[in-house]
Amino acid sequence: MHELSIAASIVDLAQEEAEKRAVRIVAIHLTLGALSGVVREALEGSYEMVSAGTKLEGSRLVIREQPVRVYCPVCREPRDLPSIQLFVCPACNSPAGEVIDGRELLVTALEVES
Amino acid sequence: MKSEPRIVEVRQNVFRQNDVTARELRARFRDAGVFVISLVSSPGSGKTTLLEKTLTAMQKQWRVAALVGDLATENDARRLERSGAPVRQIVTGTVCHLDAAMVRRSLEGWDLDELDFLFIENVGNLVCPASYDLGEDMRLVLLSVTEGEDKPQKYPTIFHGADLAVITKVDLAEAVEFDRVAACGALCAVSPGLQVLEVSAKTGEGMDAFLGLLASRAITQGLAR
Ligand SMILES: Nc1nc2c(ncn2[C@@H]2O[C@H](COP(=O)(O)OP(=O)(O)O)[C@@H](O)[C@H]2O)c(=O)[nH]1
Ligand SMILES: [Mg+2]
Ligand SMILES: [Zn+2]
Repeated sequence: MHELSIAASIVDLAQEEAEKRAVRIVAIHLTLGALSGVVREALEGSYEMVSAGTKLEGSRLVIREQPVRVYCPVCREPRDLPSIQLFVCPACNSPAGEVIDGRELLVTALEVES
Repeated sequence: MKSEPRIVEVRQNVFRQNDVTARELRARFRDAGVFVISLVSSPGSGKTTLLEKTLTAMQKQWRVAALVGDLATENDARRLERSGAPVRQIVTGTVCHLDAAMVRRSLEGWDLDELDFLFIENVGNLVCPASYDLGEDMRLVLLSVTEGEDKPQKYPTIFHGADLAVITKVDLAEAVEFDRVAACGALCAVSPGLQVLEVSAKTGEGMDAFLGLLASRAITQGLAR
């Protein structure tokens, strides 16, 4: 369960941004890649635990899931994989090429109030 | 008086700290000319056994060392020390994976210039290690014949992130009716083109091919001269 330490990093990172801007955080927007190795439900539960008792208590995580995007060498197009259990192009069934998106865990925005 | 919430754009990688440390480590390894190989698998797939045999065999030709992560005990380090190679244990406590900072700390005082190969045995876990770059050149994932051919499909992230899959304990393949085609199909589905080797650390089957592959990858990268 590494989501606890990941939730703690998110709290630290957001807190730092909030202090810089002298604002209070209501919500954190995250992009969660399907290949990040992070489980959404575990992260949500961990966030609630870790943020309790901090200035972020009661704030929400707004998670956008990013599918794995590969480059298909046959179609010569980026393609989103419907599942990470099968790395083949959903359009032409050839083996997927390089992963171009979907490994990340990013804080993309903060909802704040002064 | 409260204002309406507003959106502030930021763009921060949550793994930034680990990624930065891993990049620093990779540069240090490169400068020192040491080729770094990590091993991940479920508990009991045979990492320590394969590593003990590997260290013993490679020592005849190369300068090798190992770091080994374990939740609580130092047993694996003691087993690896039997090879005669320098070994350090990283006791992770409650943490279920190694991260780049743990690797950096455990390397303190070691002269990397004195090494050709450094092995890192991760904690037995197919989930958490996937998110943490350790600065290694090559990541091996082990799958033993006794644990089920569909593991890659249950843990696609870790298998996708590996540079080589090693099927271990092949001396038991027949006894457990290991289905080679199913296993390779599952590996290929989550990582097309992934190289797969079969070894038995017990009988030595496949070990020469395995050791040869490690050496050739290192030499290709211009390391381990
Ligand atoms: N038959 C057989 N048993 C093995 C082989 N490699 C490891 N084992 C056994 O599998 C068990 C777990 O091995 P270990 O190396 O500790 O796995 P680790 O937890 O991944 O480090 C031990 O009882 C080993 O003796 C092998 O090649 N053949
Ligand atoms: Mg072990
Ligand atoms: Zn295609």
